[in-house]
This record gives sequence, C-alpha cells and structure tokens, in this order.
Amino acid sequence: MRRLSLPLLRTRRALTQGLACGALAVLALGLGAGCKKKAEPASEGAASGAAEPAKKQSIQNIGSDTMVNLAQAWAEEYAKLEPHLSIEVSGGGSGVGIAALINKTADIANSSRKMEPEELEKAKAGIGQMPTEFIVGFDGLAVYVHKSNPLESISMEELGEIYREGGKLAKWSELGVKGIPGAKSDDIIRISRQNNSGSYQYFRETVVGKKKDFKSGSLDMNGSKDVVEQVAKTPGAIGYSGLGYATPEVKILKVAKVKGEPGVLPSIASVHDKTYPISRPLFMYTPGAPSPAVKKYLDWAMSDAGQKVVEKTGYVPLPK
Amino acid sequence: MGERAMNLPPARVMSSHPVSASAGSPGGPRRGRFAMASEAVLEWVIRLCGISAILFVFGIFFFVLREGTGFLFGELNLVQFFFSTEWYPTSNANVRYGVLALIAGTFSVTGLAMLIAVPFGLGAAVFVSEFCGQRLRETLKIVIELLAAIPSVVWGFIGISVMNPLIQEVFHVPVGLNVLNGALLLALMSVPIMVSIGEDALKAVPDSYREASLAMGATRWQTVHRVLLPAAKNGLLAAVLLGVGRAVGETMAVLMATGHAVNIPKSPFDPVRTLTATIAAELGEASVGSNHYQVLFVIGILLFSITFSVNLIADLIVKGTRKR
Repeated sequence: MRRLSLPLLRTRRALTQGLACGALAVLALGLGAGCKKKAEPASEGAASGAAEPAKKQSIQNIGSDTMVNLAQAWAEEYAKLEPHLSIEVSGGGSGVGIAALINKTADIANSSRKMEPEELEKAKAGIGQMPTEFIVGFDGLAVYVHKSNPLESISMEELGEIYREGGKLAKWSELGVKGIPGAKSDDIIRISRQNNSGSYQYFRETVVGKKKDFKSGSLDMNGSKDVVEQVAKTPGAIGYSGLGYATPEVKILKVAKVKGEPGVLPSIASVHDKTYPISRPLFMYTPGAPSPAVKKYLDWAMSDAGQKVVEKTGYVPLPK
Repeated sequence: MGERAMNLPPARVMSSHPVSASAGSPGGPRRGRFAMASEAVLEWVIRLCGISAILFVFGIFFFVLREGTGFLFGELNLVQFFFSTEWYPTSNANVRYGVLALIAGTFSVTGLAMLIAVPFGLGAAVFVSEFCGQRLRETLKIVIELLAAIPSVVWGFIGISVMNPLIQEVFHVPVGLNVLNGALLLALMSVPIMVSIGEDALKAVPDSYREASLAMGATRWQTVHRVLLPAAKNGLLAAVLLGVGRAVGETMAVLMATGHAVNIPKSPFDPVRTLTATIAAELGEASVGSNHYQVLFVIGILLFSITFSVNLIADLIVKGTRKR
C-alpha cells in the first residue's frame, strides 16, 4: 500500500501543481495590491518627513533596468550620508517606473527614455501635477561582439541592415569578416532585448528606424547583463547593451555615423560631444515638484560626489 | 482529478480484501459528545480544503478569461493570431500579434522532449517495476524523486551555462540556446512523472498475469513485452500525457534555454520562443489593460486550453482503464 500510494500522491501533485501555482499567483496579486496601498503613505512620509526626523523615511525608486545598477550604487552611497533615509530601488524597466509614477507608488521613476506626451497626460490626470524631469547622467548603448571577432568598426547603416525587418545583412562575410575563430557558421547571430525594454525601444528608434521593426528571429534576452553574457558565449553573435556592462570576454565595436567615416568608440568624451551616435540621457522623474528629501537626494546625485558614482558604475557622467 | 489518481490502483489492491467494519460500529469504544463534535468540525475543515481546489480553478479560469476575452472577441484578428509568425506587440508603426511561431516553438520543444523522455521514462518504469531488486528500487525511487524536486530555474541555469557551450561544441552549431537544449531540460523534468505513473500502471497489472505468462514458459522480457505492456497500455499512455502537460506548461527553463527567438525552427538547433516564455518575459512591462496585456492573456487562454485538453485526455484514458 505505502509503496503504491507514494508515487500516486505525486501524480496528484503533478495535476494540482498548476492549481497551486495559480493560487500563488492570485495571492501574489493580492499582496501586490496591498503593497501598492502601503507605498502611498510612505511617499507622503517622505514628503512631510522633515517634521519628524525620528521616523525612518523611505524613498521608492523604481524603473529602468539600464539604470538599476546606478540607482542601487547611489542609494548605497547616499545611505552613508543619511542613514535615517532608506532608498528602495527596483528595476523592471522604464515603462514600469513611469507606470509606478502615474499610480503614485514611486517617489522617483528611473527612465532611460523621455516620457512620452501621452504618459505625461496620464501622469497629470493621475497625480494632478506635471512630473518634473531631471537628467542625471548619460548612457551609451555599446555594440558588442565576441572577443575573437576581427571586426573593429561598423556603421549605423550596417547595424540597421542587420537588425531591421527586411534588412539585407545576415552573414559576417558580407561585412568583410572572414572566419571568426570558434564560430560554427557565417550567420550573424543577433542578440536583442525583450520588446518592451528601454534599450530595445531606444535601439529601435536610433538604429532600426523610428517607424520600423526588428527582424524576427533574434535571441531576445531579459536583461542588459544577459546580452553581454550571451555574446561572450557565442562567437558569431552581435548584441547591444549598456556601456557599463562590458566584460573582458566581449569586444565593443566602433560605430560610424555614415559608412566610410571613421568609427567612434563609446566613451565619456564621445558621448558628451555627441560623436558617438548611440548615446542617450538618463532621466529621473518625480511626481510634481520633488519633496525636500527627494530634492536633496537628486541634488546630491547630480553633484560631483554623485557623478563619481556614475563614472564608477560604467555610465557617463554629466558634463562639468 | 486527484480522486481518480488516488483511487485507481489501491482500489484494486483493496478489492482483494473484505471491506473491514467501519469505525464507530457497535463493537467500538464509546465516544463522548465532545469527541463527536470535534470529529464533525474536523470533517468540515477537511471538506473545505478539498472544495477550495475547485474554487481556485474557477477563480483562475474566471480571471484569465476576464482579462482576455474582451480582446479575443473584439479587436483581435484571429486569422493573423493563428497563422502569422509576426509577433510585434510593441511596434510603433505596425502592431502584429501572430503567435504561429510561438505555437511552433512550444510544440517543437515539447515534441522533441517527448521523443527523448518517453523511451527513457517508460524504460525506467519497466525496470523499476519489473527487473530491479528491492534495495536498488528504493534507491532509484528516491533519486528520481530528487530529480523531480529540482526547481526549474536551476534547470534553466544549467541550460545556459553548461549545455549552451556543450551543444555548440558537440554538434558544431552557432547557437547553443535552441530547441534541443530546451527539449533536453524538459525531458529530464518530465521523466520523473512518467516513471512514477508508469510504474503504478505496471504494478496495477495483477500478479496472476505475470505468473501465468511465466508458467507458459515465457521469458521475463517476453512477459513484459507481450503481457504487461498491453495490459498497462492506458496507464502508460496517461503517464506520457501527464509528462506532455508538464512540458507544455514549463516556463522558466525554456525561457532561459531556448534562446527566446521568434522563429519557426527548421532543425533542432534553431532557437525558438515558447508561448509560456513570451508571457513571462512580456507581461511584467505591458501596461495593464493595453492591447499587448490583453493579447498575453489570450495566449494564456490558449495555453490553458492546451494543457486542459491534454489532462482531460489523460483522465479519460485512466477512467477507461479502471472500468475494464
């Protein structure tokens, strides 16, 4: 009996596993809703925080995956200066951050793109005020290939032809690359991001074309770091990701605005003087005017001390 | 569903014993009023636990349908949905919701996984049930249970870091995250289910069959091949189908190991993307109520229908076994 019933229990478990998962999902949703409600007073706490310094305040900082490392590093550094203030950083994407701003669950939304006019409308309707925009640093989307790839430079047109729907470039030999050591075929393996990430949308806008789409069949990774890791493991791959994610396993390509011109490596200088074509400002948005505590934090982030953190995490600081 | 699984073979085992006198018979010990009351309360609590499963199923069903049906019967172009391979839910210029490539992804990974898992799973079931000694059997069963207990994200991690370079080297292919990688992981994940259920099905064949076969002079293999497998056919089929259900619904491992590329595979070495992985990757950032959000729920309905029919078929097959 016992010998029989044990695996049978497992059968049942297999059948009910779906149910259990679903039940958990429902619970998680409930909790999520609960958390959102809780977050509201927290943000008010931050706003009226100056009155009662004894209480530990918190700032909810949600948004862009590109910026999550930077935001985390800032939060840690700032905690040394203001230990009574806790800054809670989470990622999820620029869209998530902006949605949280509109739902009043974020004190600061991180975004690697400018808020769109419709989003500003929505925010105005939701919060009652226009969100305030701060440029806190810059990011260069670097184009990565495997370290054994002999290619050094690529033009914007060529990148477009590789990634665009209907684009003509599909083989490395068409770019003049003859044989990448370790690559098993001549195919260009495109590594991209999931279709609602800020990097995906920014790359589409600047490289693929504003009203164009990506070619189907790229490997769509779920994080900036995953792109670089996957390029490192695949000799025939090409990918785009934040400048801060470079590792010794991959090579960053020079990018030329027009074919034939010399390519430019992404760097602090080339992002500032705009000679590197795939760079962008990083934004932080606050709902309406920032509260005193948030204002102080943002001022610090944009100060020399804060900008040093930007440089250390591999992003590009504001021009002095 | 659960009741079926619990009852099938034990019912057979027990039917050979006379049903013992139920508790509380006149001969039993006398019980106080308190004991009787607590008994009744407990019974109700347990009943509630049982019924809650039904509530959850309908709750989930309702939730998924509520989010998805508006779009399903409204703006969604069903022809495009089922027959286009173009999945561009966030396009600026031309939004397209074609899931053909995703369906192809799910079925190619599941199909290949089953090609690998069925011989292994059923072979292991036959071995555990018919050929191996008592001590080895206990060890094997514990190890197989362990295999089932490995979280799917760990499988995915193995897929990315171990199998990815291995597949590139062994098969000489440019991408290591592909159908084969996902299928191998899914096969390893569904084998334990097949072994346990398959073994139950074989054990449910009465010993008299084995004895009769051996008495006729058949070898052990002939007994398995000609007598046990036909007799346990339905139970084994159910074992396979439950494995399929597991494979279709698996998310995390395939999200990590298949390469997540919208693509109709032409060989086992092409990267693909599955229905489940698409939901997992995109739902988090789709704004609630948008068309993109709703179409992901329509995919959820599609998945629900697939796994529901697979489980239903398995259920009907097992019911068929029990009647005979």
